Amino acid sequence: MSALLELKHITKNFSRPLDLAAKIARLAGSKVHEVVVHALDDVCLTINEGEVVGLAGESGCGKSTLGRIAAGILTPTMGERAWRGADITALEPAQRRDVALKIQMVFQDAFASLNPRMRVSEIIGEAPRVHGIDTADDIDYYVDQLMRKVGLDPSFRRRFPHQFSGGQRARIGIARALAVKPELLVCDEAVAALDVSIQAQVLNLFMQLRADFNLTYLFISHDLGVVEHLADRVVIMYLGRIVETAPTLELFQHPNHPYTQALLAEVPKLDKRAHDFAPIKGEIPSPIDPPLGCHFHPRCPYAMERCRTERPQFRQISPGHWSACYLNDVH
Amino acid sequence: MAVLAVENLKTHFFTKAGVVKAVDDVSFSVDAGRVLGLVGESGSGKTVTGFSIMGLVDPPGRIVAGRILLEGHNLLDRTDDAMRGLRGDRIAMIFQDPMMTLNPVLRIDTQMIETVLAHQAVSKEQAHELSRNALGRVGIPSPDERLKAYPHQLSGGMRQRVAIAIALLNNPRVIIADEPTTALDVTIQAQIIYEVQKLARETGTAMIWITHDLSVIAGLADDVCVMYAGRIVESGPTADLLDHPMHPYTAGLIASIPSRNQRGKPLHQIPGMTPSLLRLKPGCAFRDRCPHADALCSTAPEITRPAPARTLRCFHPMTALEEIR
Repeated sequence: MSALLELKHITKNFSRPLDLAAKIARLAGSKVHEVVVHALDDVCLTINEGEVVGLAGESGCGKSTLGRIAAGILTPTMGERAWRGADITALEPAQRRDVALKIQMVFQDAFASLNPRMRVSEIIGEAPRVHGIDTADDIDYYVDQLMRKVGLDPSFRRRFPHQFSGGQRARIGIARALAVKPELLVCDEAVAALDVSIQAQVLNLFMQLRADFNLTYLFISHDLGVVEHLADRVVIMYLGRIVETAPTLELFQHPNHPYTQALLAEVPKLDKRAHDFAPIKGEIPSPIDPPLGCHFHPRCPYAMERCRTERPQFRQISPGHWSACYLNDVH
Repeated sequence: MAVLAVENLKTHFFTKAGVVKAVDDVSFSVDAGRVLGLVGESGSGKTVTGFSIMGLVDPPGRIVAGRILLEGHNLLDRTDDAMRGLRGDRIAMIFQDPMMTLNPVLRIDTQMIETVLAHQAVSKEQAHELSRNALGRVGIPSPDERLKAYPHQLSGGMRQRVAIAIALLNNPRVIIADEPTTALDVTIQAQIIYEVQKLARETGTAMIWITHDLSVIAGLADDVCVMYAGRIVESGPTADLLDHPMHPYTAGLIASIPSRNQRGKPLHQIPGMTPSLLRLKPGCAFRDRCPHADALCSTAPEITRPAPARTLRCFHPMTALEEIR
């Protein structure tokens, strides 16, 4: 297995520049600071060819930001992206454009990400036309083929997005991403808005497409059940950092990080009947002012002195299973 | 005796395009201190059922038939003013988006005290004290500080707790919770479900928990009603219904949950999609997606009681053999 996309030491901060009044106040000696949101803090992630990587975590943990950086929609504040071993920023413009096409994104809200005034054939056909993708015969035939592939009736090609149901819109979004012949699909909560019965249809489609087009996925979801079903390897994030990563079965059977353990314990499951929930305390802290040391320590039942001051490093605890927790150093 | 009983409720919307039967002959009841889960996919009529009980159905919608009995009294006989006195007092609702429930320009204490004073003859100080206690009961740390906060200063989970605290203020007999944890993270959802379970048991409040998520129901509700296209297709005690679903829709829904399927294998899927309520054909609404459907299904199935405490609307229920599948 060779690395397809490598994200090396990615840090992403969002800040709003000070306005004029704040700048003047600062000159006058007031302690006005630029508010900086630390969305990602030194994150490394390698996605291998043919792999389905599941990225899970609660809202505000930075999983969408990481997905957008992976897809090239956002540029990291610090860090490097490498495609098949080559630093993307160092590539020639033409090659960089090719790489950009190889990574496509499928969004959560299919309605917001589809232009309401374009017909489906235009939505799917626009990118291959603009980018001069080899569409074999004519573009109409190419679009029909794609629609059939994602389970849409090609006779709907003249319709507008509002004439479709939620599940069908999700399929349009997938067809659009596939139109430029990508190798890596970044799916950001692509099934979160769908009903269970429709969600199952779309998840099956993702798996079918993986086999048909030899696709690699970065599958972002807050739903651990979906991640468990689909992913080969799972990455758990908490407040801008990756806390644990392992092959799916290993992670669900032997969660190592206390946060992963808490998360798995609290996922509602059909087989977990009436019981007394014993939830972990507290909420995810603000990324504007993240805690020192391990980000999870204010909620962690095992927090030690060291956790409050030093950032725990990633350690391999069994083959392919990495975790960032000082508990692994104790014994 | 049941605190709340809904009998043959029909809420229809008279739109220009035709009559939408959002709730069509729905009956259920909840006892004190029990949690009833109302499960269904989008457009199945579960929210409209909740709104009908609260008397919040707006035109073109109208309750065309049925009775809603709160402690034996039919709510549909009441005037709008009398309903206004009941809402927030005997019967309360929690919505999915707490930002919709809370007034963004008023402090939490103002909103809570207002709710108490609207229904109870107490002094402002006593109302403040009641509000403080209610926040404590839903697990909000340092309630005195939170009372002075504005809604935007709280996190999503905190806001939902405040909304629950407001619903609890006047010790209602029934709380209707409409997808209250859907927008929240799992750890926060677990915290809130924990508090709600405790409260229902301690205060004897009957609870109707509306959700699309069967897994949440599994850990929380005592009884479940499954809705499809405006009708309750199946109901029963939670464990019994989830272990032995009889309606093919319930069975399909359970089977399509990812964790129920073997990893990596294609998920079980229900073909097709929810029908439009505007063009519902007579007969069983699920028949176009149902593996069992035959000519008999073009007449509407009546409610049967195939087992103790179970109800079912289906001519061809799942057999024990299929369940093993």
